[in-house]
Amino acid sequence: MTEKVFTKEEWTKALKGLSDAYRVFVPVKDGDFHVFKPLDEGKRPDFDFQNTRLSPKSTVYPRSERMFEYTVDENDPEANTLTESEKDYSPQAIVGIRPCDAHAFQIVKLNFDNPEYRDPWWVQHFESTTLVGLGCNEPSSTCFCTQVGGGPFNEKGLDALFYDLEESYLVRGLTEKGEEFLKKVKGGTEADDAEKKKAEELALSAPKKIDVRVPTDKLKEKVQTELFEAPFWEDVAFACLNCGTCTYLCPTCWCFDIQDEVLDKEGDRIRNWDSCMFPLFTLHGSGHNPRDKKVQRVRQRFMHKLKYYVDKYGDGVQCSGCGRCVRYCPVNIDIRQVCELMNNYG
Amino acid sequence: MENPYLPYPVRIDRIITETEDRNLKTFRFVFSDPANEEGFSYTPGQFAELSIPGRGEIPIGIASSPTEKGFVMFTVNKVGLVSKYLHNMKEGDIMGIRGPLGNWYPWEEMEGKNVVIIGGGFAFTTLRSSIIYMLQPENRSRFKDISVVYGARSPGMLLYKDELAEWEKRDDIDMHITVDGTDDPDWKYNVGFVPTITEQKITSADNAIAIVCGPPVMIKFTQPVLEKLGFPPDRIIFSLEMRMKCGIGICGRCNIGDKYVCKDGPVFSLAQLKQMPPEY
Repeated sequence: MTEKVFTKEEWTKALKGLSDAYRVFVPVKDGDFHVFKPLDEGKRPDFDFQNTRLSPKSTVYPRSERMFEYTVDENDPEANTLTESEKDYSPQAIVGIRPCDAHAFQIVKLNFDNPEYRDPWWVQHFESTTLVGLGCNEPSSTCFCTQVGGGPFNEKGLDALFYDLEESYLVRGLTEKGEEFLKKVKGGTEADDAEKKKAEELALSAPKKIDVRVPTDKLKEKVQTELFEAPFWEDVAFACLNCGTCTYLCPTCWCFDIQDEVLDKEGDRIRNWDSCMFPLFTLHGSGHNPRDKKVQRVRQRFMHKLKYYVDKYGDGVQCSGCGRCVRYCPVNIDIRQVCELMNNYG
Repeated sequence: MENPYLPYPVRIDRIITETEDRNLKTFRFVFSDPANEEGFSYTPGQFAELSIPGRGEIPIGIASSPTEKGFVMFTVNKVGLVSKYLHNMKEGDIMGIRGPLGNWYPWEEMEGKNVVIIGGGFAFTTLRSSIIYMLQPENRSRFKDISVVYGARSPGMLLYKDELAEWEKRDDIDMHITVDGTDDPDWKYNVGFVPTITEQKITSADNAIAIVCGPPVMIKFTQPVLEKLGFPPDRIIFSLEMRMKCGIGICGRCNIGDKYVCKDGPVFSLAQLKQMPPEY
């Protein structure tokens, strides 16, 4: 296991030196927020952040993605026949991803890469991606990763993890992919015992800073139909605007729509992120809609994350505790409170 | 890497207008590459995505039976963007089909049992597939009595009229065709709603399994009739509809509780539905 230390200047320089081997994504300050962007000419990573407003899920699962291309020109012998769009699966590295967002990829993987079907685009994008995490010395007030199977320095789903030791970073390889990445990073020195000890202390003290309790232990034993009929859904949904912000910011929301777009004679079949907050999501051709009311859609979002997923995979909740939906909800709906309501119901 | 979103190219071989309002047409497709027919090996009750480049995809039950070779067949109601466009396409046009998708009627469980088929309106498609399948000489002996209750608003709204007439003549299938109402003095079959006719004609649930496919209102009123007849919940089988996109349980919209109608369904028993949230 490689453990190296870089000064902060060295680390930025080393990342810039990786452009032949990887497309490197880093957090960049953009207005009032941070966002993951490719480390191109003139870009400067800013690792002094709590988390990006948007999760880096789009690096593996783009907001809008071409699936197939075709021509509708009747004079073309290949008219109306779909061919797969070409994709760039060259290696990419997400450097500075928070452990919650890396954990989220593992949660989502169960959907896109299952024993019956493998989503070819998600799987290949994911396989070409190296996740280099940055542990969280100072979790924010909306963080609750420790309550849902993660932690500020949790290594689950990460290929490498780096620790902010104030003046320098200690970087540790965790998987073969991570070791491969570290081999290509130039510079740095072997971590000494004092540095390792400092890193361990950070990893021990950070989880204690998350003092919120979000119980999930009884979700599994609840009866789905009873939880579905629970009396609190009207209250939970009351203020909701159905804006969909929670679903777009969520690193574990995976729903998508498929649409055809034709310009002149050339067409694309595209998939776009979709949201269970919108009535169109479930509207039948006949006009019937099983979730035409707001309360049904809000219930669906929480039931999916905190009950259906739990029942289907038996592997925890579909939430990595990043807290984005809590932070950015315009009407302050808080998944931590809803989870507690669900867990303690009945 | 195998791509489950890629449809097989097909050619529209034949288009039949089924109903007097011209809103239901049957499309027979032939695979552009004959080898794909084998890849599209299906069981009655399954569905497929009909894929029209430039318009999109729609999930439609397979109306042909796997015993019918050389083509696959779908009956499509004209309701939305894709189905309206499809209704204006011509024989010879090229499009795609993706599948087969979903589960199927419980054929193993149905063996050795009396089979009661109950259908309403345009939801008779996978039931046609099932009847053709069971009536095949090599399959017929695997099932005991076959009874069919099939209703539509009016005689002109029934699907597959020629086949219905043929089945009426056979003595190895018991047909009960009905319409909600008609002013045709020569109408020789039943008049009445499907639940009522079911109550009159189906007399026993002994060793029987019921397959029900129809609009929500028909399902709502047929279910208590079947329960009164003594069908236990695990022998009342429904096929559900839902808005779908991927058809393979990934895109997330067609769930009822933790089940996806596209992958875990569309076929569910009443016993299963009773364990699921009533959100369909």
